[in-house]
Amino acid sequence: MALLTCKDLSLGYEGHEIVRGLNFEVHSGDYLCIVGENGSGKSTLMKTVLGLQPPLGGTVRTGDGLAQNEIGYLPQQTVVQRDFPASVREIVLSGCGGRMGLRPFYSKEEKQLAKDMMEKLGLTALAKRCYRELSGGQQQRVLLARALCATKKLLLLDEPVSGLDPKVTIEMYALIARLNRDEGITVIMISHDIGAAVRYASHILHIGNTVFFGTRDEYLASDLSDSFLKGGEAE
Amino acid sequence: MSELLDKLALYLQYPFVRYAIIVGVLIALCSSLLGVTLVLKRYSFIGDGLSHVAFGAMAIAAIAGLTNEMPLVLLITVISAVLLLRTGQNAKIKGDAAVAMVSVGALAIGYLLMNLFSKSSNLSGDVCSTLFGSTSILTLTKTEVWICCALSVVVVAIFLFFYHKIFSVTFDENFARATGTKAGLYNLLIAIVIAVIIVLAMNLVGSLLISALVIFPALAAMRLFKSFLSVTVFAAIFSVICALLGLLIAVVAGTPVGSTIVAVDIVAFAVCWIVGVVKGGLRK
Ligand SMILES: Nc1ncnc2c1ncn2[C@@H]1O[C@H](COP(=O)(O)OP(=O)(O)OP(=O)(O)O)[C@@H](O)[C@H]1O
Ligand SMILES: [Mg+2]
Repeated sequence: MALLTCKDLSLGYEGHEIVRGLNFEVHSGDYLCIVGENGSGKSTLMKTVLGLQPPLGGTVRTGDGLAQNEIGYLPQQTVVQRDFPASVREIVLSGCGGRMGLRPFYSKEEKQLAKDMMEKLGLTALAKRCYRELSGGQQQRVLLARALCATKKLLLLDEPVSGLDPKVTIEMYALIARLNRDEGITVIMISHDIGAAVRYASHILHIGNTVFFGTRDEYLASDLSDSFLKGGEAE
Repeated sequence: MSELLDKLALYLQYPFVRYAIIVGVLIALCSSLLGVTLVLKRYSFIGDGLSHVAFGAMAIAAIAGLTNEMPLVLLITVISAVLLLRTGQNAKIKGDAAVAMVSVGALAIGYLLMNLFSKSSNLSGDVCSTLFGSTSILTLTKTEVWICCALSVVVVAIFLFFYHKIFSVTFDENFARATGTKAGLYNLLIAIVIAVIIVLAMNLVGSLLISALVIFPALAAMRLFKSFLSVTVFAAIFSVICALLGLLIAVVAGTPVGSTIVAVDIVAFAVCWIVGVVKGGLRK
């Protein structure tokens, strides 16, 4: 059974349809890359899958016993108030929040997990710093660490490398690939970096005037990737 | 100076003064704990809005001739709080606008009703004491003190128990919801608790000044501290000290309780602000 099944899904806001007729499945261990132009509805799809907004039509089903609190999410933009007092450690730890249920405090394992994730993303030195005083790239890494604390099964990333420098971008891709390969975490990633998408992903979902879903090789063989890749080169 | 202390010692022998101090400190503590969340969620004026709703509710209770108005006032205030806070991060009318609407609306209707139907001869006196806090904090009965203590303990317990959830929901509601935290439920909880605090606090500082108890501690703490935990702890300490000081001054100098507490809050906020600026300047 698939981890995630979307059937005849239409997306939009308040009756205004953006995408229709989306059909795809994500299986455990897949690495799905969602590509498409600005405004094509990629972030909207992710929010719908997460249940943050209702679909206009069709269904999103989770399978394999995937519970809501086993999903990690990196939003494209987080509207955090400019003067919000929160330390890096507090934010990363809050990733464990979904699993706590009614337990009021974090367990030792959860604190260790948060520590490990901060280590992994090079945030240990920043642990006590205030989130709002970090650079955009550093903030991005904090939110990724939070997402990693939230899941061992399914990770949804909305443009995880935007705002990162080239070195950290490469490290980030390597890290995500490693999580997918070694720890069996299913990854759904939105990216404008089509090169990285075809290099790392096992499946591609292309949203736009025409919708494509298939494996990476099928995508490379299709006309769609041709025009999209060439378009990317022309820029 | 010793004369002042003697006077204070004398006043403190009266149970009603001790009651007022206990209740005042507890209310200050409770409102500062939730104040941090409310300020960060951009609901600074929720205190104002809800207390005006409570004011309107009191008017209705008075007209209906209810002898015990507390249950009705509490009920109406809780319902309004739930409606106002429920919309949360994705609201159409942004929090502050909705609150402002409800706030002035309830105030106007409440005053209108009192004017039309009131049998009291001292209408403006009644209105004034509901708005600015009466001396009724000095006429609390033992039962009222106990109720207030019990509710405060419940509020503090709820806050401690759900502290991490409140942080998650305040910092990033969408993430919390996406990863399986029941954000709606916690928003509801915050709304109910804040409504209870407002109704309690109306006795202390009156409708118009409640926001001060919610806002000043949080803002002062945010000048100085940078993690959620330290801000919360400092806000609580700040609020309790200011309330205590304000109450003592009010008792000795015979000034109005609510306004005196708020005045102390303002002075203490200014001190924190200056310290924050100096600290920031030194670091640069
Ligand atoms: N809250 C909203 N209310 C109404 N319309 C919205 C809202 N958010 C986005 N839209 C519209 O939905 C469409 C798709 O937006 P979405 O954010 O999903 O695009 P995207 O594919 O993620 O683009 P990008 O590559 O720029 O991130 C856009 O046309 C946008 O104007
Ligand atoms: Mg997007």
